[in-house]
Amino acid sequence: MKTILSHHQVTLTIKRLAHQVLENHMQLENTVFIGLQPRGVFMSDKIVHELQQLVHPSFIQYGKLDITFYRDDVRKQLHRANKTDIKFSIENKTVVLIDDVLWTGRTIRAALDALLDFGRPQKVELCVLIDRRFSREYPIQADYIGRSIDTFANQKVMVFLGQNSETESVQLLES
Amino acid sequence: MKLSTKHLLGIKNLTKEDIQLILSTASDFKDVLQRPVKKVPSLRDVTIVNLFYENSTRTRMSFELAEKRLSADTLNFAASSSSAAKGETLLDTVNNILSMKVDMVVMRHSASGAPHFLAKHIPAAIVNAGDGINEHPTQALLDAFSMQEKFGTLQGLKVAIIGDIMHSRVALSNIYLLKKMGAEVVVAGPPTLIPKYITEALGVKVEYKVKNALEWCDVANVLRIQLERQNQPLFSSLREYSLAYGINKQLLDSISNKITIMHPGPINRGVELDSDVADGNQSIILQQVENGVAVRMAVLYLLSNN
Repeated sequence: MKTILSHHQVTLTIKRLAHQVLENHMQLENTVFIGLQPRGVFMSDKIVHELQQLVHPSFIQYGKLDITFYRDDVRKQLHRANKTDIKFSIENKTVVLIDDVLWTGRTIRAALDALLDFGRPQKVELCVLIDRRFSREYPIQADYIGRSIDTFANQKVMVFLGQNSETESVQLLES
Repeated sequence: MKLSTKHLLGIKNLTKEDIQLILSTASDFKDVLQRPVKKVPSLRDVTIVNLFYENSTRTRMSFELAEKRLSADTLNFAASSSSAAKGETLLDTVNNILSMKVDMVVMRHSASGAPHFLAKHIPAAIVNAGDGINEHPTQALLDAFSMQEKFGTLQGLKVAIIGDIMHSRVALSNIYLLKKMGAEVVVAGPPTLIPKYITEALGVKVEYKVKNALEWCDVANVLRIQLERQNQPLFSSLREYSLAYGINKQLLDSISNKITIMHPGPINRGVELDSDVADGNQSIILQQVENGVAVRMAVLYLLSNN
């Protein structure tokens, strides 16, 4: 197991990503944040928490999207759905999708499909903590990237984010 | 997590975990049905035939809507307007349909066990939408979903099933399901419409006075008199049945608890339920219908994965 991001680096990276998003969308009045269930939500919670230190919380619209029923491998194995919770309209908004790891791009493809069922956004951006570049199966790339890494298909990227901040890290697992 | 069965033939052969999985998946689909676009692409390349050898409004429309909301392709078959009327056997009909590359069969038949027979002979997944006087599993699941939605849990819930227990597949499926989930069940109705050994066989209590059953229960699931399945007179007249076993506003107001009224439909207004009870604020009959679509989506989704 190799550490890609330590606890300290995770904290800094998330701070940077939050600032980068804010740099591009100063007012946030037409910007909404959507975390992808299940694991992207840990990441989006942190980004949104960071943003709340920088702008008034009432300016931040934040939702969660579950893409289970939109996956292209939905019938190869059974996936349990999580809650989708989007309490606002995304019509004509800039949506910042947030996930932990961008790998093949299939999850994001499904997320775009799912997102469009809630309306027609003006623009969709993607923010990820880890980009496993050169392993994409769809032409999808992120707008905000925590760390780009080169990996083999048999390696696993484990993201530990959550309540216990001491153990937060990103690890690369050989298998 | 997946279902322990390839077909949904009845509640009898489901485990408690199966039922919980179906109900929690149904709750996910109920969320989908509240969205602006009430459709997901999960069953995009699945073809489902709705094979109805017996009349139906709710179940058939509910299944068809559930299939469409999951993006499945659907075929409809009604026995009265098909070659079954020319004497084609059930197995021949189904094999012919399956040779056109159909993946799942939703089936209603007036003969008990018809879907079980099919399941032995064909490779497609089968969903029983009611077979004779045996089972109607999706109705029991949607009833359970509606009760769970209203009361939070089925454990310890007191449910009275009132009416034609003998000929009701809804009653049998409901009893199986409620007992598995830890609810208490009382059946009530005229002695001629309650099977003699039901207590020994299914572990439910029997009550011949409707008022006593209503006093005891949290939920009353009221059933229709299935005249089409009664070969001999089992009570003297509908009018008399209504007087002794029908539920009217006066009776409902006379009991101490504010109980919930359910009915699987179609209602014979003025027989088992009076209009002011069926349309009153204690009735969740239309919520049952609404939940039916989500529950059937869950069943089709889960079976398509097996």
